[in-house]
Amino acid sequence: MTDITQALAEIVGEGYVSDQPEEAYFYARDPGLMPAHEPDYVVVPKTAEEIQKVVRLANRDKIPIVPMGAGMALTGLVIPLKGGIVIDMKRMTGILAINEKARLVIVEGGISQGLLKAYLEKNYPKLRHSIPDSPATATIAANVMIHGQGRLSQQYGFNSDMVAGLEVVLPSGEICKIGSCSISPDWFSKGAPMPDLSGLFLGWFGATGIITKVALKLYPKKKMRDVEIFITDMEEIVPDIVHELTYTEMVEDITVFAQPLPMIFRDNHHITIFFTGDTDTELEFKRKMVWDALDRFIKSKDGGFMGVPPVMKPTLLDSPQRSVTRFADVKKGGGFEYSGPIILVEKYPECSRKIRELAEKYDLGYSGMARIIGRGHCMMYGFAFTFNRADPDMMERTRKALHEVSEYALEAGGVFWKPTVNEQKMALDKMDPNTRNLMGMIKKNIDPNGIMNPGNWEVN
Amino acid sequence: MKYEEIVHRCFRCGYCKLTSDYTDFNCPAYRKFRFETYSPGGRMWLIRAWLNNEIKNSERFQDILFSCATCANCVEHCVFVFSEDLVNIFIAAREEMVNKGIIPPAVRDYLKNIRINGNPYKEPQDERGKWADGTSVETYKDQDYLFYVGCVGSYDERAKKIARVVGNLLLEAGISIGILGDKEKCDGNEVRALGEAGLFQFLAEENIAYFKELGVKRIITLDPHAFNAFKNDYPGLGGEFEVYHYTQILAPLIKSKKIPLAEYKAKITFHDPCYLGRHNGEYDAPRKILGAIPGVEMVEMEQNRENAFCCGGGGGNFFTDILGGGEDSPNRIRVQGALDTGAQIIAVACPQCAKMMEDAIKSEELDDRLEVLDVAEIVSRALS
Ligand SMILES: Cc1cc2nc3c(=O)[nH]c(=O)nc-3n(C[C@H](O)[C@H](O)[C@H](O)COP(=O)(O)OP(=O)(O)OC[C@H]3O[C@@H](n4cnc5c(N)ncnc54)[C@H](O)[C@@H]3O)c2cc1C
Ligand code: SF4
Ligand code: SF4
Repeated sequence: MTDITQALAEIVGEGYVSDQPEEAYFYARDPGLMPAHEPDYVVVPKTAEEIQKVVRLANRDKIPIVPMGAGMALTGLVIPLKGGIVIDMKRMTGILAINEKARLVIVEGGISQGLLKAYLEKNYPKLRHSIPDSPATATIAANVMIHGQGRLSQQYGFNSDMVAGLEVVLPSGEICKIGSCSISPDWFSKGAPMPDLSGLFLGWFGATGIITKVALKLYPKKKMRDVEIFITDMEEIVPDIVHELTYTEMVEDITVFAQPLPMIFRDNHHITIFFTGDTDTELEFKRKMVWDALDRFIKSKDGGFMGVPPVMKPTLLDSPQRSVTRFADVKKGGGFEYSGPIILVEKYPECSRKIRELAEKYDLGYSGMARIIGRGHCMMYGFAFTFNRADPDMMERTRKALHEVSEYALEAGGVFWKPTVNEQKMALDKMDPNTRNLMGMIKKNIDPNGIMNPGNWEVN
Repeated sequence: MKYEEIVHRCFRCGYCKLTSDYTDFNCPAYRKFRFETYSPGGRMWLIRAWLNNEIKNSERFQDILFSCATCANCVEHCVFVFSEDLVNIFIAAREEMVNKGIIPPAVRDYLKNIRINGNPYKEPQDERGKWADGTSVETYKDQDYLFYVGCVGSYDERAKKIARVVGNLLLEAGISIGILGDKEKCDGNEVRALGEAGLFQFLAEENIAYFKELGVKRIITLDPHAFNAFKNDYPGLGGEFEVYHYTQILAPLIKSKKIPLAEYKAKITFHDPCYLGRHNGEYDAPRKILGAIPGVEMVEMEQNRENAFCCGGGGGNFFTDILGGGEDSPNRIRVQGALDTGAQIIAVACPQCAKMMEDAIKSEELDDRLEVLDVAEIVSRALS
């Protein structure tokens, strides 16, 4: 056992530290396409205090640290690019407090989306959080860290907009409270009406601190939920359809998908409209509003509602939608990755054409998946390609296609979501120089030794 | 390696380590060790790495593979079409390791003991039927059913008691059973799960030949592990028998009042054995039995039926103890789950589960709050 392993074992307990090749192999990778790089150590701490001690040790010896949730971001953000210590957060699964009336919950930094969902369903059936369609193992803290989007993003914005406070272990090892909780016992705001310091952490991929607690806004959960699919083969009208739908203010979530397989989906864009209600009357009222809003497209014969077959409904209403994960096995090869720029909804037709062009050029299986954020303020357009992990050539073609997506997205006015390190560099290069300098100043001051998820958001 | 063409298809999404409603992590090995490497997806990725010579067959790799309890939670919850082969894949990898002779000492010892002594306890073969001494259970001749007890029921003191209770109950209900006594051989379920395919085949073929020689048509097993081997693995080797777990025989007898029951007041929670539940889909028979006892209040643990949390004894771990030990050992987590229900009794339907749960109750110092009883023992307490 090395001195560092020993020291880490004293902090987290011998069973929860590894410097063995098996963990090094696994934690060197994520399910995506970025090259592997091994950590020197993996630890699985239980408390913020343990993390604090690990960070202090790392700072003393200038050892890199990479926090990891479920590793599902797919873009290599948990790959320890410079080795060091991977901190697997998934033993910190506590639900610490819940305020039913204020609709707020405080959770630990490693709890998964699935665990929180199950807890709320069992104990607070009238409350829900904005669950993303990532595998249920994905963590709440990492999702807000990467500005994820979920079922309620159409109504309330990015999942990170729903943060109501943070506890963060700073690179120096101090534990710092962010938001109302820094002065009040109550966690209800991440910033306002004070300076919003959450921006020093959210979106930084752990390069400025490790989230050990998150307060999250919860929202009403209606008893019933239903889905309609509006289809059109005209990609240019999709933004108008979304515009009409968001105007109704009746809709929970809007996603759009277009993919060549299975055959029933070919050549069409599927605007998937979710809505909720406490009674049949409420549900039917919303359904009518949605139908009325899209009536003109039906009258002009530009689109229509597809009768959602009853067998398909549970798949669509599943939350998280496990079928999205199953996309990874379309090529019988356990792999998919997507570049998901955040971009204006009006760019949907372009994005849609681009993914088809790239899929054809590189001979890849694809799915274009968009999720509307805010009332049509922007969308995440996922250029998703599925690949066979045992086929290096297909993996290389997928890499190339994704690289072209990155170039295209930046040109089209998009901003990378959960960017790979290469995309981060591209973004920093294109960024307003003063903004870039500000980011550099922040990183340098918060993490002078550059130990936190190094390689990410590095301004040279 | 068998299934080699599937191993790369794991996306490591982790659905397999959860319950169906995501309440908690439900892979016992992951729950204990908490490194991704000990999760089903971790095993898949490491097996692939091993096959590709990217990692070696180290002690830790062996630990990772042999700590799998073959509980099939991953089979139940993986979202991909290859899910049903997950446990088979882990066993196939163990097989490769066994073939190369590089396995954990505890596994080697278990297999050696079966090979040499015919049982893991190094006990003499002629002791095997002794559990039945003092009962009216007779040696199998031409009875309707062979009552197969297995190694644990034959040699372990606690399990022997359960075997006696089940044997007596079946007889009292008028079921015609006979046992093999000192001619009984290991069923091989754990041998197979530990990757010794050759030894398993040998045991299975010997058993099949002997059962056929005796004219056995129907088998009742004490142990879900034997039930699993006879039901799912023996047919492929020519052993087609009607196989029942004893709860499947008792349930209808109790329903039709062939076993009359008096009041027995108790709050009971049932722990599903993986080899009865997830592996063979039998969740109802034990519950029907317990539910039919006047005065019994049944309460479910949060993780039950297809979401049941394994006691940690499966896949040979009952004998090798690679997964056991410490506060996060699966059996200790499970008894805490039982405690949360407010039950006084944890009902089990497997002698291995019975032992695992009793050990955990001792470790958790819950002796005065929880008791472990086999379903048959509860029925026997309620006999009118
Ligand atoms: C099939 C599929 C569907 C998806 N659908 C969606 C979707 O609908 N919406 C969506 O938003 N995303 C989606 N994703 C992307 C991603 O899985 C999620 O955003 C997920 O929430 C990421 O969580 P994680 O725990 O896996 O993060 P990880 O990949 O483990 O981490 C992401 C980043 O956060 C950092 N980090 C992790 N924990 C901490 C912490 N405690 N403190 C500081 N930094 C930390 C890591 O270092 C890394 O930089 C999907 C992914 C897949 C595979
Ligand atoms: S075994 Fe299945 S559910 Fe588990 S990580 Fe692999 S693909 Fe996902
Ligand atoms: S069989 Fe059980 S112990 Fe083994 S990997 Fe699957 S869930 Fe874990």
